[in-house]
Amino acid sequence: MILFSEQAIEDIREKQAEWEENELAVALKSRPEEKPTYETECGIPLKRIYTAADVADIPAADLGFPGAYPFTRGAYPTMYRGRPWTIRQVAGFGNPEATNQRYKYMIQTGQTGLSTDFDLPTLLGLDSDDPMAFGEVGRVGVAIDTVDDVDRLFDGIDLEKISVSLTINPSAWVIYAMFVAVAEKRGYDLHKLTGTLQADPLKEYVAQKEWIYPVRPAVRLLRDLIMHSAKTTPKLNPISLSGYHLSDVGGNALQEIAFIMAFTIAYCEEVIDAGMDIDDFAPRLSFFFISHQDFFEQICKFRAARRVYAKIMSEQFHARKPESMRLRVHVQTAAMSLTKVEHHNNLMRTAIQALGAVLGGCQSMHTNGLDEAFAIPTEEAMKLAIRTQQIIRDEINVTSVIDPLGGSYFIERLTRDMENEIWKVLDEVKERGGAIKLVEEGWFQQKLADSAYATFKKIDSCEKISVGVNRYVDETSRSAEVHIHPYDDQCTQLQIDRLSEVRTNRDSGRVQRLLQELAQQAGSDDINLLPKTIELVKARATLGEICTALRDVWGSYAEPMIV
Amino acid sequence: MTVSTVSRPVKRAAYVPSIELVPDVLAGSVLAIARMISRAESGYEEAAQALAEIYKHSGKAHIVGITGVPGAGKSTLVSSLIKAFASDGYKVGVIAVDPSSPFSGGAILGDRVRMNDAAQSCRAFVRSMATRGNLGGLARSTLQAVDILDAAGYSPIIIETVGVGQDEVEVVTAAHTIVVLSAPGLGDDIQAIKAGILEIADIHAVSKCDKPEAAATVSALKGMMALGTVKASAGWNTPVLPVSSISGERIDDLKDAIGRHWMHLRESGELAERQRSICKKRILGTARHLFQLRFNEEVEELEKHIQAVVNRDIDPSVAAHRLLGWDNEAQAT
Amino acid sequence: MTDTTVTGQASSTEAHSPGIIRVLVAKLGLDGHDRGAKVVARILRDAGMEVVYTGLYKSPNEVVNAAIQEDVDVIGVSLLSGSHVPLFKELGRCLREQKAEHIFVVAGGVIPEQDYAALLESGVDAIVPQEARADLIVMTIKNLIAARGRI
Repeated sequence: MILFSEQAIEDIREKQAEWEENELAVALKSRPEEKPTYETECGIPLKRIYTAADVADIPAADLGFPGAYPFTRGAYPTMYRGRPWTIRQVAGFGNPEATNQRYKYMIQTGQTGLSTDFDLPTLLGLDSDDPMAFGEVGRVGVAIDTVDDVDRLFDGIDLEKISVSLTINPSAWVIYAMFVAVAEKRGYDLHKLTGTLQADPLKEYVAQKEWIYPVRPAVRLLRDLIMHSAKTTPKLNPISLSGYHLSDVGGNALQEIAFIMAFTIAYCEEVIDAGMDIDDFAPRLSFFFISHQDFFEQICKFRAARRVYAKIMSEQFHARKPESMRLRVHVQTAAMSLTKVEHHNNLMRTAIQALGAVLGGCQSMHTNGLDEAFAIPTEEAMKLAIRTQQIIRDEINVTSVIDPLGGSYFIERLTRDMENEIWKVLDEVKERGGAIKLVEEGWFQQKLADSAYATFKKIDSCEKISVGVNRYVDETSRSAEVHIHPYDDQCTQLQIDRLSEVRTNRDSGRVQRLLQELAQQAGSDDINLLPKTIELVKARATLGEICTALRDVWGSYAEPMIV
Repeated sequence: MTVSTVSRPVKRAAYVPSIELVPDVLAGSVLAIARMISRAESGYEEAAQALAEIYKHSGKAHIVGITGVPGAGKSTLVSSLIKAFASDGYKVGVIAVDPSSPFSGGAILGDRVRMNDAAQSCRAFVRSMATRGNLGGLARSTLQAVDILDAAGYSPIIIETVGVGQDEVEVVTAAHTIVVLSAPGLGDDIQAIKAGILEIADIHAVSKCDKPEAAATVSALKGMMALGTVKASAGWNTPVLPVSSISGERIDDLKDAIGRHWMHLRESGELAERQRSICKKRILGTARHLFQLRFNEEVEELEKHIQAVVNRDIDPSVAAHRLLGWDNEAQAT
Repeated sequence: MTDTTVTGQASSTEAHSPGIIRVLVAKLGLDGHDRGAKVVARILRDAGMEVVYTGLYKSPNEVVNAAIQEDVDVIGVSLLSGSHVPLFKELGRCLREQKAEHIFVVAGGVIPEQDYAALLESGVDAIVPQEARADLIVMTIKNLIAARGRI
């Protein structure tokens, strides 16, 4: 179904040609345009004006309607008219009690979903008393060593009523096990638990760089998690396919979406190979994208991503349920775009990026604190970040109309152009042997490092502007009076003391036995490791003990040398 | 607010004459060895005497060259070999050579990432060197670095290079035992043949032997040998060994083959021949390098000759003779 | 047997040619952010330096051992995890212990000004600010080596 008659298009083309020869020519003669060419951040050429002629080839079916295939215009039929996006600011530091207090403060301030950041030892499967954990316990996130820590983290919070996002990757399956154990202890109905685990291993190897095991065992752990969660905690999203980090490490918008879709395909293939039907787990695949500086490029990115995902699920995996084809996304605004110099500017940057995410149709969002470029955000910074979302949601009337930019000639053309580029990359990945193989070879890593360098060069040469840094530099601006979030030196000792106590009071013989059983199960590919892990956390095995047991079986990851 | 670096004051450092480093080098001091290698690399005239002295103490080590096309997994292989030799009690030295950028003269030396663990745990000495774009200069400095490690008691000393440039191939042929690593499915057979490196191997290794395509590469190599396109060495059958650095499979086979080749060289008398050939290469290579250096300095003299040749007053051959000071011969011709 | 003419010329080469600066770009501790380190590696290479990159998750001891064997002029560390104070302290201690204090330490990444004093005290020679341009990074290193002189 084409939207415009050939005659109409002809007419527009003629009129445009006339306009170019007349009004435009006159204007250009008196004053040429500032640049010879214009393009998006990811390199797609931009015209000076778009008309119906630019979108005549796009079938109406590719737009569709919100909440229906191909979901270009939105994940749900009523979008924000039915339910606003969740304000989900991530927080985590120190001991579980400290983070618990911050959670309570933020819920009071208006946060509608919780999100947890963990410290580096926890992320990497190390206990707080591990030598490599030196100086890191409770620093960039909350320290979790045992199931009791997870209990403390959510003390006084009803997990049946509020959803929880856990930003955890290589050790995700253990944290999930602890989460389930706590829920069971509290007598919750596991079918009512909502939330998300990040748990996306491939993006770790190429971007966020949190890893323990080699690539294939890590993918196996994810597969086990997806399959176990589908049956046990069917409302939980066992994975948040993260484009965010691909961007953060240097990728442009096209790489962000194309690469994450390549990873999605690889994961789906693994789970299907293990015997699950696509429609039994795909509805719970969730995504995590960035909202970056190129405003329209980002909006179109979200729309293109939804359409690409829907087509992959439908055409490649033959999903039948619409829920399997619907891309739901959590968004974080771009931390890399924030500056230390004149850091108040970051409020404006974040607000604009947040607006882009809303016009792009996100389901939940974290807006960065103005001090995000150099610190763990203070309460004040977090409050301003929450207010940013509240102002967009409640004051400016952008939520009354669904996909308000849909139908714009420019938006539809750019969405389509981005979609085309994404398919090209996916074809290339397929030809070269699939995502897992390319991750092992370092192919994605090289592309991302090249993009990172290209961006740096652009800023260095002032081709890309960073206000206050390489343009409008004000020598008199003072350095930020930054209130650095204080590091709690007692934190480590408290965790270590608790670890000793746990080890003394538990049945360590049983724990050792269970660890051996886990190691044995890990040796064969077709045993799901979750049940044994849940047993282990209940027996008070520590995170480090569980992760180390598997490292003894699978070895550690050695990164390819890519610079 | 200007963005600027904050720093603390820097003291001028004293230059320790190279000859004073020699006793520490011979005693095995890592600091001294490392500094001596830098001096050799930089080609400081001041270091010549010290290097000459060190040379006298070298000649004990088994020098193993490992080469292959990019992506074959050389660094991972070397890392495994370090551990394998170290577990037999050897003190292993490694020189890992990577290309310098022809544009900037700088380099990213990436091999160490793979070998760091081994260097740390096995007390091995790993040094990354860039080619620095000097014709003949690479061999000179790399082999001087080998002399230094040799004199300090390291053996085996592994020279690892990418086998695509002439210089890099040149370096690795200055080893006693040459291992050429191929990788399955890289299309490397064609590349390697072009570079001529397949023929120089004393031992062929095929990496990633856990992959199905490895078997095909192994047969291809065995086939090549049957055709007689590889270097003949009486009493030594060049083995083709599959290895996997990831799983550690078959590394011991490679380690043993390297050890057997060393024995073969000594027992057959071929070692003496190789040493002669290596020395000849080094002398000629250094002479070439010095010649090049000289004429990069004597720009005016060279310029005169260039102009004369451009004007067709003399031909390039006469110009070269004159540069070398062999004028009489030129005139006679 | 030495040809004095040739020797003489080699000396002049030596006097005029600047030594090539060698840098170890290192990541310490559990910080997995390597974007900055990799970008810096390329910048330094483009400025004619030789860069050895350690890879992620290295202890200060490992980094110092590598720096010594590679005889680098500078160890450049980029840290974004906030644990710079304990890690640089340990790095400084390892350098002293291994008698390698001649190696310069340059710090970059996310380091609050209030921690500068502690870092300089621990043995860090220069701290490069967060939004530094390529020139500044290169000049910082070149200035350190120029002030030190040839070793």
